[in-house]
Amino acid sequence: MTATATSADVVPAASPKRRRRTTGWLAVVPLLVFVAIAFGVPALAMLNGAFTVKDPATGATSYTTANLTASLQGAYRTALIGSVKLSAVSAAIGALFGLLIAQAVVTSRFHALRAAVLTASGVLANFGGVPLAFAFVATLGNAGVLTRHFGLADKGWNLYSFWGLTLVYLYFLIPLMVLTITPALDGLRAQWREAAQNNGATAVQYWRHVALPVLAPSLLGGLVLLFGSAFAAYATAAAMVGSAVPLVTLQISDAISGNVLVGQQNVALALSLDMVLVAGLVMAVYLPLQRRSARWLA
Amino acid sequence: MARLNPSIRLSPSLRLKPSIRPWRGVILAFAALYFVVPLAASVVFTVDVPGQGLTADAYTEILGTEGFLSSLRLSLELAAVTIAVVLLLMVPAMVALRLSAPGLRPVVEVICSLPLVVPPIAFVAGIGTVLQWGPEYLSTTPLFQTFVALQNPTFPVVLVLAYVVMALPFVYRALDAGLRSIDVRTLVEAARSCGASWPQALVRAVLPNLRGALLNAAFLTLALVLGEFTVAQLLGFQPFAVWIVTVSGSQAQLSVAVSVLSLLVTWALLLALAAFGDRRAPSRTASQG
Repeated sequence: MTATATSADVVPAASPKRRRRTTGWLAVVPLLVFVAIAFGVPALAMLNGAFTVKDPATGATSYTTANLTASLQGAYRTALIGSVKLSAVSAAIGALFGLLIAQAVVTSRFHALRAAVLTASGVLANFGGVPLAFAFVATLGNAGVLTRHFGLADKGWNLYSFWGLTLVYLYFLIPLMVLTITPALDGLRAQWREAAQNNGATAVQYWRHVALPVLAPSLLGGLVLLFGSAFAAYATAAAMVGSAVPLVTLQISDAISGNVLVGQQNVALALSLDMVLVAGLVMAVYLPLQRRSARWLA
Repeated sequence: MARLNPSIRLSPSLRLKPSIRPWRGVILAFAALYFVVPLAASVVFTVDVPGQGLTADAYTEILGTEGFLSSLRLSLELAAVTIAVVLLLMVPAMVALRLSAPGLRPVVEVICSLPLVVPPIAFVAGIGTVLQWGPEYLSTTPLFQTFVALQNPTFPVVLVLAYVVMALPFVYRALDAGLRSIDVRTLVEAARSCGASWPQALVRAVLPNLRGALLNAAFLTLALVLGEFTVAQLLGFQPFAVWIVTVSGSQAQLSVAVSVLSLLVTWALLLALAAFGDRRAPSRTASQG
């Protein structure tokens, strides 16, 4: 390809090639510089701040792991555990329902339905935040339409609780799972099912021995992605529950704005570092799984 | 025996397919219910106020409410600048990666995925720390003025910096998909051999073919900026999403009405975009095959 290109040029082959390479670099450099400043500097500041304390009397700073230790104790520990629990539960439920919906859509003969569900999923998965929280408050909050209409409050319903928050999170987690798992379900060949049936397998056996092993990396990948997404969510929780449910994102915002104790900023940075580590772990699990499942879709 | 088995199994397998259908209907009906009810109930909530009966006040009052227009304008301005910056940074870089610097591709891919590893709340904690350096260490240097300008409340540049970073994964995916579907090298070489300069080749040959991907990237960024809450709230600015939360304390109906409208508008924009993309899809697969 390169050979034909260069021979077609009238000018000597070496000079346009080199010029092209430098222009290529020049076009990428602004992006790299921008990310280094807008992302790299805050990230390094966070890393640095997480490991330093400032002596209020002298103003001298010193390096320490005290912030990280503090971020894993007391209320912060409760918040971390609460976040992990909420994310795990909502990710598991979201993955299950996402899988069911995706399977229902993939096996459907109606192409319009498929297109509509996938498009709606793309929208719902990424853009909820504050408006979504308020929609649920209006529906199932203390003065919400369904709460009043069915007298749910007397039956012990409370939106501002662990399960209430799970219900809201599912609104963007289920679509995310549909998006993640649909390509994998498309990759299940009809021939595999036919082959299994010809060998006398029941539908359950087909799922147990053929479909689920093939889907396993995608399923696990989707689960991990959902976990990460729920773990990082802040706007929904902040607009809805305040601090009724202990979550690490809410703790960070409290610590940054000095709501609880003054001088907790560096603990907030340590908590942020904890979150980055969890999110990094999520990506480290997700990306290899993604690559593995891509093999079946070729 | 071996011959009998398949023929026995065949008939239940034929009957199997229709028997799945009710299950599918139940799932889809359940999903539709879950996703539609909160929206429908929100609309009911805004028009059926206890003690007042049916009223559309929540919607008619929106325009006159203090802070609505200014916060929406701020959000739209931020969105416009963010889209311009992110496209100016990403389009030349992505085209260059296709043409001449394929070795850099993994680097750019990783860089554009980094914001996924750092949650917005952690990112803003870092930004807040950097902004504190201004008054703490740099108050005597010319850099201090830069820090002040970054946080100008009428147009906080620092939010643009943050939003561009947060939009990178979306924009990367949209542009990558668009560039995959066209042969950039042939387009550019054709334009170049017709005497076009590099910028001309980019603007007149490559960009028109990327229209769908550019639009996609722009809309995703717009939706991101309009709905963004975390960074703006914690840095103390008041664009649209933060304003909704602020106003919700005193005017519940109004805040829900604005929420419903903003959700519907965002979704309508993105659905229109998806429909636009679907219409282009057949020609794309045809050109590949």
